[in-house]
Amino acid sequence: MLMARTRGALRIEDAVKIYDPDGARVLAVDHCSLDIAAGEICMIVGPSGCGKTTLLNAIAGFHSLEGGSIHLDGRELCGPGRPKAEIGSDRIVVFQNGALFPWKTNLENVAFGPIVQKSMRRAEALDKARQLMAEAGLAGYEHAYPGETSSGIRRRVEIVRALMNDPTVLLLDEPYRALDQLTKSVMHEALLDIYYRNKVTIFFITHDLEEAIFLGHRVVIMTSRPCRPKAILDVDIPHPRDYGVLTTRRFRDLVQETSAAVHEEALKAFERGEKEG
Amino acid sequence: MVTASKFSRMDESVPRRLTGTVDTLARSNADKTRPSSGLAAAESASARKARAGSDLQLTLFRVSQWLRSPRPYLMLVGFALLLGGWYLTVEVLRLPRFAEMPGLTQVVREWASTNPTYGVSIHTHIYYQHILISLRRIAVGFALATAAGVPIGLLLGWSLRFRQYVFPVFELLRPIPILAWVPLAIIMFSGSETPVIFLTSLASFFATALNTMLGVKSIDRSYVLAAQCLGASRWQVFRHIILPGALPFIFTGLQISVGVAWFSLVAAEMVSGQFGLGYLINNSYTMVQYPTIVIGMLTLGIVGYASSAAVRLVGDWLMTWRVRELATGGR
Repeated sequence: MLMARTRGALRIEDAVKIYDPDGARVLAVDHCSLDIAAGEICMIVGPSGCGKTTLLNAIAGFHSLEGGSIHLDGRELCGPGRPKAEIGSDRIVVFQNGALFPWKTNLENVAFGPIVQKSMRRAEALDKARQLMAEAGLAGYEHAYPGETSSGIRRRVEIVRALMNDPTVLLLDEPYRALDQLTKSVMHEALLDIYYRNKVTIFFITHDLEEAIFLGHRVVIMTSRPCRPKAILDVDIPHPRDYGVLTTRRFRDLVQETSAAVHEEALKAFERGEKEG
Repeated sequence: MVTASKFSRMDESVPRRLTGTVDTLARSNADKTRPSSGLAAAESASARKARAGSDLQLTLFRVSQWLRSPRPYLMLVGFALLLGGWYLTVEVLRLPRFAEMPGLTQVVREWASTNPTYGVSIHTHIYYQHILISLRRIAVGFALATAAGVPIGLLLGWSLRFRQYVFPVFELLRPIPILAWVPLAIIMFSGSETPVIFLTSLASFFATALNTMLGVKSIDRSYVLAAQCLGASRWQVFRHIILPGALPFIFTGLQISVGVAWFSLVAAEMVSGQFGLGYLINNSYTMVQYPTIVIGMLTLGIVGYASSAAVRLVGDWLMTWRVRELATGGR
């Protein structure tokens, strides 16, 4: 069922993250271990403020870990003696609120990676960017600025910008959170379409359970802070999927099975008064 | 004074942006119909050509919309009220408080005269000399303030260490009114030109540096992280993220700072200097040449407006992305 792929196996072992604002020592991630196969779409579900993003930031190299290690294809990203992973274009983050540079056109945004890395000549990078955008159904938006394009298109451009660098892992932090339900459904199919052509490992944070089950090979339900896998669901609906899946009996059953666990954690977080984010 | 003029400017630009929408849509449609294959260079050239054509159309469209809207006529009414009030109070009603004031017709006659009573009109060489000298001082002072203010502001926003050293000092010096600097400026700098330029650039410098710093701090952190993810070095982050990201604030700062420059220039010219519009006003006062005072004031209004319009144009030119984003309703 999983697409054969040799790159992009992510192993998180005993990850610990402690935030220490004013000596308060908040345990955000507590001995969290998770194995993600190469080419897997792994969906992380958990209530707001549970520490999912902390985990993502540790993989991306934005934050350090206080304990444990993360390996990518056997290579240590961070671990004892190297608390913070190096930021690298093998793991690219797509941000919650979008981070296309508003002062560059969509095309310049997509071509940005290879140009700054000097791995391609400018004209070459622009040509490849144009080609990838066309493949993702974004032809015609090349010369518009992100501020002129709809939020759905912007998210797709941002994913294409990531793919330009041939990353091993895509790290998506609730990328569709701000979109309405109808746009979301279009985005989900577009993401799967891109995935079927690139088969990159996807680490996808969401708190939308249906989104998680529709997209993922596996859904990891996290406990409310400290963050740790509470349950892991293998989604046995075969890929490639399309929106027809949503109305199938199996899909409904899976949502039902897991929603109790998610609700329980959401309630805990709510009672503790977690801020959104 | 500066803030008020800034607000009125924002007011007037809002409908202009709205009318821009139509054209921006047409423009992006034009982009879509363009074939997406071929050489990159050839394509961007054709894009530029298409854009230039639609820029002219855009301007014509805006002008015709503007003439059809009530705004130009309301503007004329506004001017008529001001000038009419002046004429009535001074020359018709001759109110006691206004007895010594130069009247509208007197000023206009003097301003346009080929043989002005007090020696300054649009037909005299000296009038343009005053304007040119003031403009040159503004140009030099504003350029110095920008050349120092933008880099220092960028550093203040970019480097925590630099901010910790410099910002407290900066905040202590910034509130000192420019007039309080006059004696020190005259003691420090020889001649009459350098103190004036120093005073002109000083207040602008603070406005520019402060806004630039705020501009850097306003940049969403995720832009920096995204750029690093995509492989940008520290310098590339500065060049591609920090600088363009701070540009909207920098230009807000420059618009304020060019106004502040005029303010300080006139103050400085009144105290020291032998030419310039501030000097002209002050000198006409001591020589009891009242119409010339008003000529100087109105001239300041015109050149001041023109200089901040020029700054705004440069800003729009450098920030096409922002103009187009605002035209489509922003995010």
